[in-house]
Amino acid sequence: MDPKKFITLYRTPNPGATVSHSKAAELFIQDEPRTDWHDETLWFVREKRDRAVQQVAEWEQLRELASQIKDHTLSNLHAYLTQFEQQAQANGIKVHWAADALEHNNIILQLIKEHQVQRVVKSKSMLTEECHLNDFLIEQGVEVVDTDLGERIVQLRQEAPSHIVLPAIHLKKQDVSETFHQHLGTEKGNNDPQYLTEAARLHLRDKFIQSQLAITGVNFAIAETGGFVVCTNEGNADMGAHAADIHIACMGIEKIIPKAEHLGVFLRLLARSATGQPITTYSSHFQRPREGQEMHIVIVDNGRTKQLGRPDFRNSLKCIRCAACFNTCPVYRRSGGHSYHTAIAGPIGSILSPNLDMKANADLPFASTLCGSCSNVCPVKIDIHVQLWKWRQVLTAEGYVPTGKKVAMKGMAFVLAHPAIYRLAGKMGRWVMRVMPFVTNNKTFNPWYKQRDMPAAPKQSFRDWYLKNKQ
Amino acid sequence: MSSRDKIMTAIKANQPALLQLPDVQMERQLPEPSAILPQFVKTLESIGGKAVVINDVAGIRDTLEQSRNGQQYIVNTLPYLGTVNTEVISGMHAGSLEPVFTAYIEATLGVAENGSVWLYEHQLKNRLLPFICQHLVICLHAHTIVPTMHEAYEKIDIAREGYGVFLAGPSKTADIEQSLVIGAHGARSLLVYLITG
Repeated sequence: MDPKKFITLYRTPNPGATVSHSKAAELFIQDEPRTDWHDETLWFVREKRDRAVQQVAEWEQLRELASQIKDHTLSNLHAYLTQFEQQAQANGIKVHWAADALEHNNIILQLIKEHQVQRVVKSKSMLTEECHLNDFLIEQGVEVVDTDLGERIVQLRQEAPSHIVLPAIHLKKQDVSETFHQHLGTEKGNNDPQYLTEAARLHLRDKFIQSQLAITGVNFAIAETGGFVVCTNEGNADMGAHAADIHIACMGIEKIIPKAEHLGVFLRLLARSATGQPITTYSSHFQRPREGQEMHIVIVDNGRTKQLGRPDFRNSLKCIRCAACFNTCPVYRRSGGHSYHTAIAGPIGSILSPNLDMKANADLPFASTLCGSCSNVCPVKIDIHVQLWKWRQVLTAEGYVPTGKKVAMKGMAFVLAHPAIYRLAGKMGRWVMRVMPFVTNNKTFNPWYKQRDMPAAPKQSFRDWYLKNKQ
Repeated sequence: MSSRDKIMTAIKANQPALLQLPDVQMERQLPEPSAILPQFVKTLESIGGKAVVINDVAGIRDTLEQSRNGQQYIVNTLPYLGTVNTEVISGMHAGSLEPVFTAYIEATLGVAENGSVWLYEHQLKNRLLPFICQHLVICLHAHTIVPTMHEAYEKIDIAREGYGVFLAGPSKTADIEQSLVIGAHGARSLLVYLITG
């Protein structure tokens, strides 16, 4: 495919869409009960994470270790990738390098064509989502079956995953039931998750057994051994990789860790941070292809080396894709993953995506309250909220921020810098809210009021109260 | 320039000055030896697995023999449990393994903090076996259980064989409305016999 065409088609998950996060979120929150459900369900996952974390006395030490191991690895990435490649080749694994998404996709297409493969299964890999591999292969006439249950659901609905760990979290069981009724012939109106999962199990077992080629992601690639680790709860990566004659594992350059002993640190952190489980059901260590099997690794850059060269944003490459920052984020929970219009949503997506395309993703660093909860739960201590704030400055300096926002920010900075004006504005605000509530309780003049109720205006400011009450 | 060289050149130019690699050894409180087995059992049960502490493998052998009298395809990989299914080999096709109802496999070690067991490729006979079987039975010598993943990685060598897996509980998913369903793609149940004898 012509690279230019590829970029225009696949750079964003909603090709041609220019809908900003706030506009998309506005659509998402129209259904209030569903928004509440989404919010509460993800908070529930965050609470499960907290309970799991509290069981590990040395949790903070682990986070610090993980952070330092990743910092070190990024500072020595050239050597570790060289070592990994040598070791993997010695293990009989074929190593490919892709500078960008299109090259990644072409490498896989080439392998599929070379082996005249008809049936491909794929387990979850956010990298292949980032590269829009599925759309690319389908356009080339290759059928790819996503095998993670959540990913299969969204694939059948022709949607993108809305969460990197829980791809179908934006859907209710009625939606899944309807989709399965249409595509898998399940009973209409049967919404039982057990029944629906069983139907998917039977449907996908068939696909596994018949597949000739399996694509998986990589959670960790070990420089010392040339092997890699893939984590799933469902067992779909293993079912695919062990049944097929060809296994292709796709990884970003940042998935490297130096040694096997470091897996002890990362596997203790990953599932606890992600879902509150002590470990994923399967942590599979691939070292060599099995007898008669071909194993390939595609190592992808796609903007990562550029991010490595940005000192303020470099450490976003430490991410292990646990999604703890999604589950805790008050904005993500109330706006849904699709509002982020990128393969990786949530706070981490908002600091990764501007690196790929500043113009298309200029809205994302603003989709945050900067509360810092993301940084507090991050198992590798990425300063996510600080980077969100720094991206705002870069994007504004580069001219990617709408004039309205710029003017409003300047106005706000002026008010906040002048205490007398600030006090006057506060007084006026309280008076208007009391005497003329229709001015603020108005969706046309006050965007804040759109999906919120205005609070009752206090009689006095805190400052006035303090001056009156201090001893 | 090849993509490999392009990427490597960019990395070399952009990676920061070398930072130190920390030592993974850290000071921490390990459980009493007597607490390790109960912790493993409790954790395994909390993730949907079942644990049976047994001091003689004869009990497992009897259960295995009884289940063989039924219609189901039972695969045993362990000589101490009776006849071994020698037909299960590395090159066996997925279609021939699909009918396996229960598989009996021995694990190298267990990890108390997360209820997982480590399986080397040679213990599986075929990489697919613990995934494609409907039910999985693991035999584990109780004395091999270690407190955490750190001790586990000290004991195993992940580069020794072509494949290995930490397996914790039965296959599961919560992808539909966060409702936990046991039995996604892998085994629907996991029973771990903890052999103390």
